[in-house]
Amino acid sequence: MLKLTNIQTFYGNIQALKDVDIEISEGEIITLIGANGAGKTTTLMSVSGIVPPRTGEIYFMGQPIHQMRPDEIVSLGISQVPEGRRIFPFLTVTENLDMGAFLRTDKEGIREDMEYIFGLFPILADRRNQAGGTLSGGEQQMLAISRAIMARPRLLLLDEPSLGLAPIIVRQIFDIISKINSEHNTTIFLVEQNANLALKVARRGYVMENGRIILTDSAKNLLSNEEVKKAYLGLST
Amino acid sequence: MFLTFPIMVIRVNTVENVVEWRWNNMIIIGAGSFFLSFVWRYLLKKKETGNQKAKPVETDRVPLSQRLFEDHKIYIPAAIAIAVFAVIFPFVFSMYQTNIMITALIYVTIALGLNIVVGLAGLLDLGYVAFYAVGAYSYALLNYHYGLGFWTVLPIGAGLAALFGIILGFPVLRLRGDYLAIVTLGFGEIIRLVLENWNEFSFGPSGIANIPRPGFFGIDFSLRGATIYIYFLMIGLTLFTVFVVNRLQDSRIGRAWVALREDEVACQAMGIDKTKTKLTAFALGATWAGMGGVVFAAKTTFINPASFTIWESINILCIVVLGGMGSIIGVIIGAFVLILLPEYLRAFSEYRILLFGAVLVLMMVFRPGGIISNVRRTYKFEGLKNKTEMS
Ligand SMILES: Nc1ncnc2c1ncn2[C@@H]1O[C@H](COP(=O)(O)OP(=O)(O)O)[C@@H](O)[C@H]1O
Ligand SMILES: [Mg+2]
Repeated sequence: MLKLTNIQTFYGNIQALKDVDIEISEGEIITLIGANGAGKTTTLMSVSGIVPPRTGEIYFMGQPIHQMRPDEIVSLGISQVPEGRRIFPFLTVTENLDMGAFLRTDKEGIREDMEYIFGLFPILADRRNQAGGTLSGGEQQMLAISRAIMARPRLLLLDEPSLGLAPIIVRQIFDIISKINSEHNTTIFLVEQNANLALKVARRGYVMENGRIILTDSAKNLLSNEEVKKAYLGLST
Repeated sequence: MFLTFPIMVIRVNTVENVVEWRWNNMIIIGAGSFFLSFVWRYLLKKKETGNQKAKPVETDRVPLSQRLFEDHKIYIPAAIAIAVFAVIFPFVFSMYQTNIMITALIYVTIALGLNIVVGLAGLLDLGYVAFYAVGAYSYALLNYHYGLGFWTVLPIGAGLAALFGIILGFPVLRLRGDYLAIVTLGFGEIIRLVLENWNEFSFGPSGIANIPRPGFFGIDFSLRGATIYIYFLMIGLTLFTVFVVNRLQDSRIGRAWVALREDEVACQAMGIDKTKTKLTAFALGATWAGMGGVVFAAKTTFINPASFTIWESINILCIVVLGGMGSIIGVIIGAFVLILLPEYLRAFSEYRILLFGAVLVLMMVFRPGGIISNVRRTYKFEGLKNKTEMS
């Protein structure tokens, strides 16, 4: 479904991604783990076109997308939950959700999806007319995920959804991620520093270091891999 | 205090080439600023304590402005009173007053246009007057060369201004904040300098005279009739502007402007095209400046580049900031205050600018959100309620 080949992405002269190859098939949950500054966020930004790669190719459903604008990529069915949530603090919960459906014009469908989301996260229904900035961190993360779902994506890019949240909330959010994946067959590309949790929900994983993919395997094998254990699982268990 | 020294104390008499020293002014300024600094400190202190007191109850405090607009008992009679006043105004008051009112209404229109760019999209545009000039010159020149009438040129002028908005928008969209302000300022000056120096095209500093007033099915008005006609035309245009801006504010594109101001990356992730959205704001803002310009040319029947200086841009920006960025009512009040006040303060003309500046500074300290800080109407979700009603 998504295939990255030989991606090189730069910030000015600084190369953030070197020869990145990733492949995801439809309906899968895959995870990309790595330390802070490894290039995980940049990988997602390259896919969504916000920081387009300098060279290399990205194919989505057989279509080259590496030269497309971010809005064209969203309209193809790729939706991103950015790192740090980035909800719109002065817009209400409902308005935030409506921004997620920016490219859609089917009012009925949007309304149905909002109802679906309010069923998924009842707390957001309670807060629907409240400004996004007044929500707690966990609620903001739920809103950020919901906002991305409002675009009815086929591929959901999630950037560190566990960042700065209490363990109970993290578990709740990961449950929802699995649920979205199984109920709608939404493919999920999950970026995490919390490798332990990520490898439990994902089927396969990639390990990134200094802008390169250094290892890829099934989640089960990665969990028992000695090097991964030492480098990424030690602290987070 | 020392900054005012060259202006207030030294007067260069250019006719006789002598320098007059006005030392008595110096004393007044000294005493005045000394006194003002006390007032200033006192007010600041009061404001601080006021803020502390206000904090605990802030959560359920609805702004007065919002209460006023939501309370229909006040709102409807007020609206009717204003409407009646607006209709009888030109018949009751002198032509001089009517003319001032027309000017104020033109400023309401273009300030509402700038409000789209600055207040909603958050793009600081200091060259806005350029679009006003484009509108005014389109009417003057198209009429001079091709004899086109007011009503034909009104949409053309608006369209040309929008086009210029897009032309300016393209190169400056990458810039933010101060950089954007400087480049737009430069653009405004370029347009003015072109108009001033390209004699063959724009008749240079001497400007264009004898621009016809707007026609009404070929009827020739007396001067008074024409003024009243323009007055009602401006009332109509203002209402139209308020209607459109109001709709825009509540629309998705309006929210996209606000969102883009807050977080560009998040907007891009939502599929909002950054370039297109900002360009739309620029072009729409410019459209209203263009229309205002056409009416301005038709009203004064004479235009020259001196009407389109940077001061004009700043004046319009002041209206938006003073009135309250993003608030329609605020901008309207701001326009009336900033245009009518100086007009009626002519008696104190020497101190007009001083007073004006003082009012602005005080405003920014005590009501940084403007006269009416923006009360955004929010988009509410009604889906669940409907569903329960149906089932
Ligand atoms: N906007 C930026 N400008 C310049 N360098 C950046 C920018 N964003 C990230 N980088 C650099 O790119 C590298 C990868 O960053 P990032 O993709 O954010 O890593 P991760 O998400 O894995 O923590 C880091 O070295 C970081 O310093
Ligand atoms: Mg990151």
